Amino acid sequence: MARWSMVIDLDKCVACQGCSIACRFENNTPIVPPEEAELGRSMLWNEVFPLRAEEGDVASEKAKFLTRPCMHCENPPCVKVCPVGATYKDDQGIVRQNYARCIGCRFCTVACPYGVRYFNWYAPQWEEGLDRHLNPDRVTGNKDLEGPAIRPRGVVEKCTYCIHRLHKARARAEAEGREFRPDEYVPACVQTCTGKARFFGDLDDPDSIVSRLSQERRAFRLLEEAGTHPKTIYLQEG
Amino acid sequence: MKTAWHPENTYESDILAPVKKATAVDWWLWIGLLAVVLAGLAAWVRQYILGLGVTGMNRPVYWGVYLTDFVFFIGLAHSGTFISAILRVAGQSWRAPLTRAAEAITLFSLPFGVASILIDMGRVDRLLNVIVYGRFQSPLLWDFTAVSLYLLSSVVFFYFSLLPDIALCRDRLMDVPGWKHRMYEILALGWSGHPEQYHRLEKVLDGMAVFMTMVVVTVHTVVSWVFGMTIQPGWHTALIGPFFLLGAIFSGTAAVVIVLAILRKVYHLENVLPVTLFNSLRKLLITFTLGWIYMIIAEFLTTFYGNLPEEMEVFWQKFTGDFALIFWAMVILVFIVPLAIFVFRGKNSIPWMVTASVLVNIGMWLERYIVIIPTETRPRLLYELVQGRYTPTWTEWVITASMFAGLFLLYAVFTRLFPIIPLWETAETLEHEMEPLKRRPRRFGERKASA
Repeated sequence: MARWSMVIDLDKCVACQGCSIACRFENNTPIVPPEEAELGRSMLWNEVFPLRAEEGDVASEKAKFLTRPCMHCENPPCVKVCPVGATYKDDQGIVRQNYARCIGCRFCTVACPYGVRYFNWYAPQWEEGLDRHLNPDRVTGNKDLEGPAIRPRGVVEKCTYCIHRLHKARARAEAEGREFRPDEYVPACVQTCTGKARFFGDLDDPDSIVSRLSQERRAFRLLEEAGTHPKTIYLQEG
Repeated sequence: MKTAWHPENTYESDILAPVKKATAVDWWLWIGLLAVVLAGLAAWVRQYILGLGVTGMNRPVYWGVYLTDFVFFIGLAHSGTFISAILRVAGQSWRAPLTRAAEAITLFSLPFGVASILIDMGRVDRLLNVIVYGRFQSPLLWDFTAVSLYLLSSVVFFYFSLLPDIALCRDRLMDVPGWKHRMYEILALGWSGHPEQYHRLEKVLDGMAVFMTMVVVTVHTVVSWVFGMTIQPGWHTALIGPFFLLGAIFSGTAAVVIVLAILRKVYHLENVLPVTLFNSLRKLLITFTLGWIYMIIAEFLTTFYGNLPEEMEVFWQKFTGDFALIFWAMVILVFIVPLAIFVFRGKNSIPWMVTASVLVNIGMWLERYIVIIPTETRPRLLYELVQGRYTPTWTEWVITASMFAGLFLLYAVFTRLFPIIPLWETAETLEHEMEPLKRRPRRFGERKASA
C-alpha cells in the first residue's frame, strides 16, 4: 500500500498561486465575498503566504513565500480530537474529511497547528457562470461524502491530496485490467505548478521522486518539533 | 389524607411564605426575562438557518463567545456541588441553609452550559452522530460524558434533598391552586416522614456527596482539557485543569453570595440567612482569590521565563497586545478589587460582599474569554503568517444575554414553587427525633448524632 507524499521545492516556487487556483477549481472550494474574506473566512485549501522578514534584518530583503497544502501528518492532531471520526487517516496516509458526518464543532480546526482546515460559515455560493463549471467528481458511498462534492454549510473541509483523482486512476486501471501504478495519480496543484516546484509520489517506494527528495539536505518539514510527522515535505531555498 | 411527620422548624412560615403566591412584580419580571429568552431563541434560529457566519468567528478564531459561555456556565454550576457536596463531606454544618439555593444554581446553569455547545455546533442537527459514531479519543466526548453525568447526578441529588420539603408543601400549603397542590402530591412520592426514611435519605445523600465531589473535580478538568489537549500555545499546559477547577468554584461561590443576598432581601429571609453565613463564605472567597492569583503567577511566570517564541506571542497578546484591556480588567475585577473588599470591607457587610461577588463573576467571564481567544489569534504555525482578530457580533451577545436571562427565569420561577431554604435540613428536632430508632456503633470519624 502506498504512502502518499508531496515535496515542495521553495527554490523553484515562483509564488504564482497557480496551485491555489487549480485547487479551487478542482475541489470546488467556495468563493467568499470580499467582506467575508476581510474577516478571515476565505477558503484556500492550498494557501500561499508571504513570509515576513525578521524586523531590522537588512540581509533578508528578498520576498519569500510559502505555499501550504495539508501536511497529511502521520500523527495528525485533528484526527485525534474529532468526536465522531468525520476526519480520519486512511490506509494510504491521507487525512480525509467526511462532510456527511462532520458535526461542525470545529475542534479539528483549533487543534491543527498548520491551520489547513476550513469551516463553511455559510452555505457555499458561486457567482453566476462559475456555478456552471463545477467539478462533478465526488467521493461518496457508505454514508461518506468527500472530495470536491459540494459541502453543506456548517462542516469542515480540507485538502485531500485530490483523493478523487486517486479513485479515478484506480478505477481506470481496474477497467483496463492492469495494475495501478503510483505515477498515474497526482493532485491538481502538482500538475499545474508553473515552476515545477511540486513533486508527488509514494514515500514507501525508495526509488520514488518524493523518497529521494525527502533525503536531500534541503528537506525539512513544518513544525517538526510538534511531533506530527508531516508527509508534505519542503525543500529549503538556497 | 394522612399527612407526613415533619421536623419542627422555627422559621417554617418565613421560608414557606414566598412559595405561596407569585406577586405582580414576579409576573412582570418573568415576562421580561422570557422576552429576552425569546429574543435569543429567534437569534439562534436565524443563525441556524443562515449558518455560523452571522457570528464574529472566523479563521483562525474558530471558537468565540459561545465557548466562553460554555466554560462559564459549567463553572457557575460548581457552586452548588461545592457547597452541598464537598462541604457535606467535610462536615461543615453551617452550609445547611444555603445548600438548596446553591444547588439550584448548579441545576439551572448546567443546561445553559450544554446549550452553549449546541449553539456553537455547525451542524446541531447531526448531534446524534456523537452517540452513533462517538470516539472516546476526543476530549469533546469526555466532555459530553462528564457533563451529562454531572447533569443527571445533580438532578437526582437535588431532587432527593428536596423530597421532604415537597411533602411539607403538600401537607402545609392547602390554599394554593389545585395544579400546584397536585404537583406536590406527585413529586412527594408518598413521603411519610418516617424516621427510617430520613435515615435512608441522609445515607444516600452522604454517599452521593462523595460521588458528586469526584464528579465536580472531573467535570471542570475535562472541560479545560478540550483546550489543554491541543498543542496550541497558551492552552497546552498541565495547569489548565486545576486552574479551570479553581476558577469554577471561585465564580460559583461568588454567585452563591449574590443569590443569597437577593433571596434574603426579596423574600425577607433575614433570620434564616444571617450575616454570619456571608462571613463564612467570605473566608472561602478570600482563599479562592489568593488561589487564583497564585495560579495566574505560576502560569505566566513559567511561560515568561521559558520564553518560547510561540508561547510569547500569546503572552504578549494578553499583556500588551489586542487583549491587554480585557486582561488587566480581569486582574482588577477578579483579584485586586475583590480581595481588598473581602479583606477590609466584607466582614458583616452584605452590600460589599455582593459588590465584590458581582465583580468576580464579570471578571471570571472575562478570564474564560482571555484563556480561549488570544491563543487562537496566534496559532502555532500561523502566528507569523495569519494574525487573527475577533469581534463578537450582536447575535452572539443576544444569545449570551438570553442564556443568562433563562438562568434567572428558571431560578425565579423555582423559588415561587419550592422552598429555596431546605426546611428539614435546617430543622431543630430532626436529629433528636431520629436518635432512638437507630443506635449504631460509632464509626471512626462519624459525627455525633446530637450536636
